[in-house]
Amino acid sequence: MADTVKLPEDSFKPITSDDRAALDSEKIAAPSLTFAQDAWRRLKKNKGAWVSLIVLVVIFIMAFGSIFVSPHDPNAVHPAYANLPSKIPGVSINGFNGTLVQAGERIDAYKAAGASGAHYIMGTDYLGRDLFSRVLYGTRISLIIALVATLFDLTIGVTYGMFSGWKGGRIDTIMQRIIEIILSIPNLVVIVLLILILKPGMTSIIIAIALTSWVNMARLVRAQTLELKEQEFILAARTLGERPIKIAFKHLLPNLSSVIIINTMFTIPNAIFFEATLSYIGIGISSPQASLGTLLNDGQKNFQFLPYQMWWPALILSIIMLAFNLLGDGLRDAFDPRTKE
Amino acid sequence: MAKYLAKRIFYLILTLFIVITVTFFLMKLLPGTPLTNQAKLSKSQIHLIYEQYGLNKPVWQQYLLYLAGAVKGDFGTSFQFSDQPVSYLISSRIEPSLQIGLQAMIIGVILGVIIGAFGAMKQNTWVDTTTTVVSILGISIPSFVLAVLLQYYLGLKAGWFPIAEWGGFIYTVLPTLALGAQPLAESARFVRTEMVDVLSSDYIELAKAKGLSKTGVIYHHALRNSLIPLITIVGPLAVNIMTGSMVVENIFSIPGIGEQFVKSVLTNDYPTIMGLTIVYSFMLCVVLLITDILYGIVDPRIRLTGKAN
Repeated sequence: MADTVKLPEDSFKPITSDDRAALDSEKIAAPSLTFAQDAWRRLKKNKGAWVSLIVLVVIFIMAFGSIFVSPHDPNAVHPAYANLPSKIPGVSINGFNGTLVQAGERIDAYKAAGASGAHYIMGTDYLGRDLFSRVLYGTRISLIIALVATLFDLTIGVTYGMFSGWKGGRIDTIMQRIIEIILSIPNLVVIVLLILILKPGMTSIIIAIALTSWVNMARLVRAQTLELKEQEFILAARTLGERPIKIAFKHLLPNLSSVIIINTMFTIPNAIFFEATLSYIGIGISSPQASLGTLLNDGQKNFQFLPYQMWWPALILSIIMLAFNLLGDGLRDAFDPRTKE
Repeated sequence: MAKYLAKRIFYLILTLFIVITVTFFLMKLLPGTPLTNQAKLSKSQIHLIYEQYGLNKPVWQQYLLYLAGAVKGDFGTSFQFSDQPVSYLISSRIEPSLQIGLQAMIIGVILGVIIGAFGAMKQNTWVDTTTTVVSILGISIPSFVLAVLLQYYLGLKAGWFPIAEWGGFIYTVLPTLALGAQPLAESARFVRTEMVDVLSSDYIELAKAKGLSKTGVIYHHALRNSLIPLITIVGPLAVNIMTGSMVVENIFSIPGIGEQFVKSVLTNDYPTIMGLTIVYSFMLCVVLLITDILYGIVDPRIRLTGKAN
């Protein structure tokens, strides 16, 4: 019983170089991704973070777009239209249709005020100002404060951390002691003291928050710098006689970027929270300027009868905080795949 | 250990000294006078008042006097309530703040640990999702918003708890809940991440392979090991509670030091502001010291003699 194997004729032909390339088992089919591209891909996979990013972009566009297009002037006072509830045209759910329970009866507040034609999406406040425009305006102020404070925080914190970690030794010890002292006073107490000295207002809030919030960034950056400076590529750069300042910008900073970006995502909501707390207490932004904190403070006074005046700013504030937190988590996972389960 | 303790206590005192010095000179920079109706007072009256409070001495003398007083726990006399020493003002008001703060911390952390542990055990199920949602909401909703909502819905509408004021335990429930949400959320998130890590480690596999019961593995091996790092976030949580208490005490009109701090800030009561700043940093320093020592005891891998990093 002779076994005959039938092979096709062309198996015995020499393969061309094109075929060889196609057959190469070592070939990497997918294009190689840079670190940033890889992180971006992972971030997009994280639903919570992705949605948060979109929500934040929308909030940013609306808050800053309202400089140009705003449904009403946030500071225009209409005493006749004061305290109108929220009315969204075409929606007839109680709470969004401009009706209000007064003395046990549900009445159309808009008709009563003689404003049947008008509609305010989030209602109006005690001076008849459009709450939606006020919330947009307040969000803008809150975001500006948070962003500027974060910018300062980035520059001070990163520089301090890198310097401390890079120098090491005695300088590092002293710089760390200073940080420990700052950490041993609650941040809000320091901020309050600084604001008292600088007089309440937007600038002093920014300065106060910036001067206190860099500590965390400095600590993280220092820890990372300590780790990085022992690595070969830094040693190589030093051996080649690179100036420290250039090493810092060219070699350290790119490698620190993920730590910095992630921490920023947690600094921003903190700054927003501090600003809201200060304005809520009454030493923050003063009228006619408005921030989410002052809106909450105004709304809280009437909460029993006109709950929507506090619900709206509270909702927006919580959404912003939530989105930044989720995005921060997502970025941490994206930049550091080890933390992913 | 003794050497380490001595060193830490020395740093604590140094820190407090710096805090006192910095706040003192910051207060001297403050605009405004403690006098409510300066325009109505004659020069000699102002002079007399300044004399009474020692405000006409040179700044360095005031500083030394203040420092000498502060060592003995004397922070001067309040500007807001005449003849009331700041130390009395603080000591009579610290109890409600401590009670609410400690309750919020303990209840928050215990509940957080339970929720976080359940989340990690039932990873990627609805339990886990709930844990994540609870913790992320707790972190995102500011405590003062929560306080107002609790006050309105549980206090006024449902009538379960008193809306404000200070009396027995029942009065502490709502403020505790408002302040406890943050520690709960933070510790739930922390324990969950930590425990997910621990659950995938080799010694858990071994414990399971030995045939230990599920609760035994969770309680003796997984939970204990994930709780150790939790000590590190107690310090930051204490800061959160102190910060939150300033507003929450105001909302519930609790006669605590947080409420007093805000009041003093709004009335330019410098001696009280300074006294409270020192008390706040003292409390925080003590919390940080205790957590550091505890961490060393619980986890022998951390050497107390040298710094961990």
